[in-house]
Amino acid sequence: MVLVFAESVNGTFKKAAFEAVTYGYQTAEVLGVACEAIVLGKAEDAGVLGKYGAAKVHQVADDSLNQLDGQVYAAVIAAAVEQLGAKVVILSHTSTGKSILGRLAARLNAGSVPAANAVPTNEGGVFAVRKPVYSGKAFANIAISSDIKLVSVTGNSIPPVEVAGEVAVSALDIAVPASRITVKEVSRMEGVTPLPEAELVVSAGRGMKGPENWGIIEALAEELGATTACSRPVSDVGWRPHHEHVGQTGIAIRPNLYIAAGISGAIQHLAGVNSSKTIVVINKDPEAPFFKAADYGVVGDLFDVVPRLTEAIRKHKQG
Amino acid sequence: MKLLVCVSKTPETTTKITFNGDQTALDTSGVQYIMNPYDEWYALVRALELKEALGAGTVTIINVGPAANDPVIRKGLAIGADEAVRIDKDGGSSLDVAQQIAAYAKENSFDMVFFGKETIDYNGSEVGAMTAELLDVPFVSFATKLEVEGNTATITRDIEGGEETLEVATPFALSAAKGLAEQRIPNMRGIMMAKRKPLNVVAAVETTNHTQVLSYDLPAEKSAVKLVDPEDMDELVRLLSEEAKVI
Ligand SMILES: Cc1cc2nc3c(=O)[nH]c(=O)nc-3n(C[C@H](O)[C@H](O)[C@H](O)COP(=O)(O)OP(=O)(O)OC[C@H]3O[C@@H](n4cnc5c(N)ncnc54)[C@H](O)[C@@H]3O)c2cc1C
Repeated sequence: MVLVFAESVNGTFKKAAFEAVTYGYQTAEVLGVACEAIVLGKAEDAGVLGKYGAAKVHQVADDSLNQLDGQVYAAVIAAAVEQLGAKVVILSHTSTGKSILGRLAARLNAGSVPAANAVPTNEGGVFAVRKPVYSGKAFANIAISSDIKLVSVTGNSIPPVEVAGEVAVSALDIAVPASRITVKEVSRMEGVTPLPEAELVVSAGRGMKGPENWGIIEALAEELGATTACSRPVSDVGWRPHHEHVGQTGIAIRPNLYIAAGISGAIQHLAGVNSSKTIVVINKDPEAPFFKAADYGVVGDLFDVVPRLTEAIRKHKQG
Repeated sequence: MKLLVCVSKTPETTTKITFNGDQTALDTSGVQYIMNPYDEWYALVRALELKEALGAGTVTIINVGPAANDPVIRKGLAIGADEAVRIDKDGGSSLDVAQQIAAYAKENSFDMVFFGKETIDYNGSEVGAMTAELLDVPFVSFATKLEVEGNTATITRDIEGGEETLEVATPFALSAAKGLAEQRIPNMRGIMMAKRKPLNVVAAVETTNHTQVLSYDLPAEKSAVKLVDPEDMDELVRLLSEEAKVI
């Protein structure tokens, strides 16, 4: 059986959870087994996971699980794996998933592949998973040989697919160990999609000349409903917050659309963004290396082009 | 305060990645190696800062790898670590590496074990959590701020779409993200002193391997860029909507 850990944030599921269940369902089809899901803590209408292919949904509803502690979560999921006899465990490759995957692998003495971007294959009984390596410059196909196999799936790589209807949620009785961390404060940006989940991203670099000019980037992002990002030097000097820094030493992203304005396209920048489905580059230098990695290019001054693009999108939306 | 910083060796960031004939291993000819940036810039430097602020303690760096890793390890000593340990093992999965580090850390009990948030070659983000599980200590991933008072640490960490501040008592492990510290460039004195600092080579413990890379491949070549007239953004929007179908 394939068991998917479906993440919830404050009791609600995000896209990552549906992607993970879809991934688990497709993995189970490859193996010819069932797919089930587990949710920890409070989760409104967890039965919805059935739509994405979970034949059963298990819930450990203990209140102490409403706070994430990777150590506690891994202990509970490991107990569930044993109790339910799961052979493959799927997580999301999010900050939550990352704090659990390694712990589960160590606890279950199981092989794991983090950040998978394709459904596993099982040719000749060899369970193999594909993942990006070298910060997106290449891919590796990795075989897992242990009895229990663990995989985390990268955001935006497997679109959620509805295949069935809702299912009933059954309570799972597992003792929850005490947490050894005390969360003091949680702050989340309201109304913006975090970069790793964003389907549309507008990014800008040193060509912006200074932080005071970012209004045109924010206006474009707002018109598109996109999340903003930036190149490393821009966040290093504090023009933009560090969580916007994408690239080899920042966040690796794979949105449907990545628009880069005033970014030269250094190899370290490209490493983190070249899995994007469509790349648009706006740069006044026709020789900028980024054009080689772009699908669409605009050679021009971003201070003219970006507002023009925002206006064109506004017109397009009005039909 | 005994601090352990786990450092990995990775290809330099401008490396053009190519593989050997049967696509099973990195073509290492001409590849320059560096210390994984997250380990060097943030984890190591923050550990050094803590020791300096306390005016006591030791910072040990540890690497699992062959003798060819020694120059990278020496750089960590030049930046300021007191001593280094290399566990003599070439290759292995993330779990192998974690088992090696955990075996050493168990014997030498540390108050804090530092990792970088991920390596820039495997991008796994696994070894820290694995080691913490093997040591049975809490693990705080993606730390961007770390303050220590007595044996309690206050840590801010990145979570999906925001951040979280928490308290944890030693011993614990953490992974370092941007913001935790500022990169330090080793100076001449540091480089000279590094030559005299201990780099202990420790035999590896027995582990089993559950994963194996079958093959590598490279992304498909992009077709040539389509240039759009900068005066005509309506055309770009049309292409994005009708051709690329992304808006
Ligand atoms: C170890 C290491 C790790 C790194 N990791 C990362 C990383 O993760 N992410 C990252 O981004 N970088 C990273 N870098 C830095 C990288 O090498 C580049 O220096 C950086 O990406 C350049 O940022 P930029 O494109 O914003 O600036 P620049 O290279 O200065 O480019 C600015 C661009 O703006 C264009 N421009 C200027 N004015 C205008 C205008 N008016 N209209 C249109 N275009 C204009 C210019 O033609 C130029 O192409 C790393 C470097 C190292 C050494």
